[in-house]
Amino acid sequence: MTGWETLGTVLLLLLKSFVLLALLLVFIAYALLADRKIWAAVQLRRGPNVVGPWGLFQSFADLLKFVLKEPVIPAGANKALFLLAPLIFATLALAAWAVIPLAEGWAIADLNVGITYIFAISSLMVYGVIMGGWASNSKYAFLGALRSTAQMISYEVSLGFVIICVLLCAGSLNLSRIVMAQDTSLGILGWYWLWLFPMFVVFFISAMAETNRPPFDLPEAESELVAGYMVEYSSTPYLLFMLGEYVAIMTMCALGTVLFLGGWLSPIPFAPFTWVPGLIWFVLKASFLFFMIAMVKAMVPRYRYDQLMRLGWKVFLPLSLASVVVVAFVLKLTGLAPVAIPT
Amino acid sequence: MSAAAAFFYLFSGLAVASGFMVIASRNPVASVLFLILAFVNAAGLFVLMGAEFLAMILVVVYVGAVAVLFLFVVMMLDVDFAELRQGFQRYLPVGGLIGVIFLIELVLVVGSWAIDPGLVQAPLGNAARGEAATNTQALGRVLYTDYVYFFQLAGLILLVAMIGAIVLTLRDRPGVKRQNISVQNARTQGMAIETIKVPSRQGVEV
Repeated sequence: MTGWETLGTVLLLLLKSFVLLALLLVFIAYALLADRKIWAAVQLRRGPNVVGPWGLFQSFADLLKFVLKEPVIPAGANKALFLLAPLIFATLALAAWAVIPLAEGWAIADLNVGITYIFAISSLMVYGVIMGGWASNSKYAFLGALRSTAQMISYEVSLGFVIICVLLCAGSLNLSRIVMAQDTSLGILGWYWLWLFPMFVVFFISAMAETNRPPFDLPEAESELVAGYMVEYSSTPYLLFMLGEYVAIMTMCALGTVLFLGGWLSPIPFAPFTWVPGLIWFVLKASFLFFMIAMVKAMVPRYRYDQLMRLGWKVFLPLSLASVVVVAFVLKLTGLAPVAIPT
Repeated sequence: MSAAAAFFYLFSGLAVASGFMVIASRNPVASVLFLILAFVNAAGLFVLMGAEFLAMILVVVYVGAVAVLFLFVVMMLDVDFAELRQGFQRYLPVGGLIGVIFLIELVLVVGSWAIDPGLVQAPLGNAARGEAATNTQALGRVLYTDYVYFFQLAGLILLVAMIGAIVLTLRDRPGVKRQNISVQNARTQGMAIETIKVPSRQGVEV
């Protein structure tokens, strides 16, 4: 490869990443609005409806407000870490999107270990939280950070075993291949949500706990810890934490789509449904998962901390561990186990 | 200089620098954070060698779990590190001697290594088997097929260590109220509430 070709590849990659990030952030702005609207509708309120028609520009108004405020750094805070933490959090959350295949061949980096990459990224995000909580030099922030870290690590374990179940069925760590493994003549019935239904439920709940979404938003439980690890943050650093959180939620929705809902595949495997571009199916499925998460936020009260830990370690961990064994046995005995695909 | 070489120098330079900062920085929390930076750079080196699975597992296990525990302990314990540093001058010769011995041993071992030039291109000997496989599959075959007994043995040793730690720290305190979730969940309205008609000016025995 000549120098010019390398340069071209790098520029193309940068362009792709930029387009993906821009679209993702706009999508998240509206997901945030949808979240608030759904929450309001469940409580028979109108939700944000002042900025723009039906409140459509609310998120952008919020963005402007966050950016224009003065960032307050508390006295006694470790300044470097205090500002580094939200940056790490938001950057890592966005970095996970590099491997997600939005349509056939539409991943910026189609890694062979895509799923492990996302897993590694989500385990790194713990550092944003714990650094932010510690650097704030405040006991509320520190307690919130400790809670959040313990929660994220606990649910990562069961999330890992759920992912292993899917990997056993798909026979690859590559996200595109996992989607292709669900491409059967059964359409929606051939996707893993049906075959691994208990694991889909565990994944859905663990995803909410992993991203600190209500009903598992213990780290920022307003009633006891004010706002958890974010309590000392204001302005843009706070915006970065919030953004990272929503990006992580969307990542989990996208991951759920890839692992259980057949990614870009059409639910009905014949024309005219197969004419619809894969990207549209992907966005629809991810939005569906996000709608479910938003409804859970509106309907379920917050868990107590010991209940959260019990659910993670005493219910989900044994359940997902047992199902890894069961899935492996069933695949081996029925001869359905996928053959290793050479690359 | 190719891009791979540039990234190699970037990652290894950062890894060495952050490794040095682990022992040089005054704040123990900063030390742990530099340790994490060193781990991440080591993962980057693994990626450059084509061992992407090892890289990701390094990040998940060491950075995502082990280093978080370090960070927890360092943040929670109120260790006075200034006091620990006091004997620095006195222990310097002994520590330096041990360091030099390690360095010499390392140089002797690494210097006598003969590395097959084709090794980097063929992770875990795939080429010798004449198969094309991702390094995840190759690692799986080595661990779970070729050396399955050793792998299980290692797992058993870890299990024994874990059970040992639990046995050593478990204590059964008498007189502590414990929650029994299944009993709590099995409670019904009939078990919890009793309606009593109270006769006027007489009260009831409960």
